[in-house]
Amino acid sequence: MERADVPGLVAVVLVTLATLAIGTWGLRFSRTTSDFFVASRSVRPALNASAIGGEYLSAASFLGIAGLLLVGGADMLWYPVGWTAGYVVLLVLVAAPLRRSGAYTLPDFAEARLGSRTARAACSLLVVGIGWLYMIPQFEGAGITLRSAIGAPEWAGSLVVAAIVLANVTSGGMRSVTFVQAFQYWLKLTALLVPAAVLVAVWWGDGRPGGPARDDGWSLPVAGDGGVGLYTTYSLIAALFLGTMGLPHVVVRFYTNPDGSAARRTTVTVLALLGLFYLWPPVYAALGRVYGDRLVAEGRSDVLVLELPRAMLDGVGGDLLTGLVTAGAFAAFLSTSSGLAIAVSGVLTQDLTSRLVSEHRGVTAFRLAAMVAVVVPVIAALLVRNVGVAQSVGLAFAVAASTFCPLLVLGIWWRRLTDVGALAGLAAGGLGAGGAAIATLAGYSPGGWAGALLTQPAAWSAPVAALVMVGVSVATADREPAHARRFLVRLHTPESLGR
Amino acid sequence: MNERVRVTGPPRHTPAGRAASRLGDVHEQTALGDVYLRSLLRAQIGLAARLLALLAVTLGVLPLAFHLAPSLADIRLLGIPLPWLLLGVLVHPFLLLLAWRYLRSAERNERVFADLVADPPDEDAT
Repeated sequence: MERADVPGLVAVVLVTLATLAIGTWGLRFSRTTSDFFVASRSVRPALNASAIGGEYLSAASFLGIAGLLLVGGADMLWYPVGWTAGYVVLLVLVAAPLRRSGAYTLPDFAEARLGSRTARAACSLLVVGIGWLYMIPQFEGAGITLRSAIGAPEWAGSLVVAAIVLANVTSGGMRSVTFVQAFQYWLKLTALLVPAAVLVAVWWGDGRPGGPARDDGWSLPVAGDGGVGLYTTYSLIAALFLGTMGLPHVVVRFYTNPDGSAARRTTVTVLALLGLFYLWPPVYAALGRVYGDRLVAEGRSDVLVLELPRAMLDGVGGDLLTGLVTAGAFAAFLSTSSGLAIAVSGVLTQDLTSRLVSEHRGVTAFRLAAMVAVVVPVIAALLVRNVGVAQSVGLAFAVAASTFCPLLVLGIWWRRLTDVGALAGLAAGGLGAGGAAIATLAGYSPGGWAGALLTQPAAWSAPVAALVMVGVSVATADREPAHARRFLVRLHTPESLGR
Repeated sequence: MNERVRVTGPPRHTPAGRAASRLGDVHEQTALGDVYLRSLLRAQIGLAARLLALLAVTLGVLPLAFHLAPSLADIRLLGIPLPWLLLGVLVHPFLLLLAWRYLRSAERNERVFADLVADPPDEDAT
């Protein structure tokens, strides 16, 4: 171990200890199965919003964005904008009704709305698929970060993060994770904001140097290549704006609100917290433009946030800031993969392990499910190399936008949605976007239009899924659930009126 | 003065029970209930549609605008290129404001519905 590795190591150890300590403290409040799944639906908007922010700001936000902005320029700003605006779409279309549906998970919602076990099974499959697609890059990112910070082999980072997540989730469930996630939002914000402020001051002291003048369209917020570039940008916007509402770890948080009105307030607070966070990655990118040429040349822009402090500052100052950003990055992997592990375990418990364990052992079944939920993506992350953090996360959004988005929007606002219609739409969107995702991950990348349609499928797969859902529902109108009307009444009427 | 009152049990009409009965018309598919529910749904979906449309004509047109007129990206305000100022800074307070306005309007729609269900206007009650 060299001296340069010390700050990173200290940071990782401190974050781990804080996470485990807060998780253990949260245990005191976590006694029932309902605590495990939805924190007994009693989390206040301010705490819940911090928890959503903590859970949502993943490796892709903390590390990925700054690197993408540095290399790709302003068209990459659509990532943070889309990740924030997705909550506006979620707020106006699903937040309060989703909470009022009274279901624990997305499959619960589908079963309650459509009265179909098959629709439930399809949704469970999708939750697990999207959750794992999102977890693999988190574990991979953890490996890359630990290698950059302390020179550990890549598999070590993945295993460490997985072990901590498992310990936290199995010991306290949703209630204790809520406290951990809320803490990690504020840690991540501090870890990004403080170094940014110091580094801007250093840049000011250096006489405010500008980057080398380049005419490469760095400030153009739309991808190049004419029509293909325009399509790529709009398709990315569609995936991020519509996909947020379909992410299992986001949705599960809405069930922890006390009521529909609190769900709305939570969402608005989340928007404020995300905006506050996303102000800072562009600052790193702009400074990287001046000081980070070496990282771009070496193709290591992903570690811009981690290495910029040392590139700009020598001695103790650089060490301290490096420790801080490493702590933030490590918190990002922990919180996002914990949230996903909770969401995937919740679904696995209800549809798989509770059938293996006797009825009264709900918590045991949950712990068993958590093992499966974490171990499978870790193994996948160790076997599959270099999927690419932002790309894999972007594909998870595209699949969510093409499956759960139309299901939720039509299920909440359109009485005539039928089980057959929903299944047909889920199949169309899931096979379309999921197929494109698998082809992309497998390395199949034709150029031009075909390549754009495969790497950014949302702009065609989401409308196709919605049209199929509507068309097949109209064709099978006699299967409209008898309780659909009563269910819609419940989704849209305030709790104060009773049910 | 000290008249005896026989206590027969807890009041039947708890607040929750009374509240539940308020939704009677809506649940029981009466014509009146249908009108109430449809008016709430229409108000809420209209509000959502207006907000999404606003999002589309503000943020949504930016890629097209910069695609058609790339020179817009050279404009600098306060030393920051326009796209970075719009999408890196100003977009966040804008989205927050949009969400806050929505919150107020959605809750107002629900209050109107609640008042309507609680005290139906006489001419509709027939």
